[in-house]
Amino acid sequence: MSGSDLKSSYWQGVRDGAPFLLVIVPFAMLFGVLASEAGLNAIEALGFSVAVIAGAAQFTALQLLQDNAPIFVILASALAVNLRMAMYSASLVPHLGHLPLWKRGLAAYFLVDQTYALSVVKFETAREMTDRQKFAYFVGTLTPICPLWYVFTLVGALLGSSISVEGGLDFAMPIAFIALIGPGLRTAAHVGAAFSASLAALLLAFLPWNLGLFLAALIGMAVGAEIERRREAAA
Amino acid sequence: MIDRTELWFIIIGLGIGSFALRFAFLGLVGDKPLPAWLQRHLRYTAVAVLPALIAPLIVFPAANDGEPEPIRLLTAAVTLGVAYFTRNALAAMVAGGAVLFGGIYWFG
Repeated sequence: MSGSDLKSSYWQGVRDGAPFLLVIVPFAMLFGVLASEAGLNAIEALGFSVAVIAGAAQFTALQLLQDNAPIFVILASALAVNLRMAMYSASLVPHLGHLPLWKRGLAAYFLVDQTYALSVVKFETAREMTDRQKFAYFVGTLTPICPLWYVFTLVGALLGSSISVEGGLDFAMPIAFIALIGPGLRTAAHVGAAFSASLAALLLAFLPWNLGLFLAALIGMAVGAEIERRREAAA
Repeated sequence: MIDRTELWFIIIGLGIGSFALRFAFLGLVGDKPLPAWLQRHLRYTAVAVLPALIAPLIVFPAANDGEPEPIRLLTAAVTLGVAYFTRNALAAMVAGGAVLFGGIYWFG
């Protein structure tokens, strides 16, 4: 294997990842601004983005922090949002599982929605790639995405304190979440999961400690899984 | 006011927990696949948790003392419609923001 093969895999990853800048930059800034509105300083906002590096989980934690939810509820809810990462991890094992531990650790840390989606599609189609080329491609995809997630969190957090709180900013998070969820409603099972979870959350909103959120999420997951199972059985 | 120690506890705890989820299979478990029923449930975590989190914020907004409010309901509907039909999260955010701020400007 030559170095130029690795280089070309890397740059292919960079090119494929670049369009996601359009999503990552505004999302990171929004997180920074909302963190600042919630009373976090720039270092704390950046701390979130570096440690967690997952938008939806960070927004979840921030929202629950503002609700004064107990610590274990905040941790459990945000980690539940990140459960899908375990699935990503499992599905990349056939491609990256034989690499040295430090490379697998690095890939795990940078395993986010965008790097996963690009890589898994690439690895499934380009079967001639070696494990080292696959890793180079993965590092390529994260190059335009992850550093800018940090940088624009910081930019948002620094701008946030200078943006005056106007009416409507309370609703930025729901808008961002709906925008994230909408494209993911690909099948009847996804729609059923989202709808039943929403309905259950509204009916169970009276429960203390955001327990309604947990129950509603479990109901939604069960509904989605059951619809999928029945459709497969029928097919 | 958010307690600083508690905040860093959450940031670091979430960091460790998120890494553990991502490393679970790549790092430790190896080639063993997850049971099918578990994979089936995990596929729907994001589309279940996120709507459950925001549905009460949409229907009972704190900015309106927890009462349903037409501009925010319309904003949510437009955002969802654009996100679903265009499959473009950014376009949906822009459309939702335009409805919300337009609505507050003219009727708020």
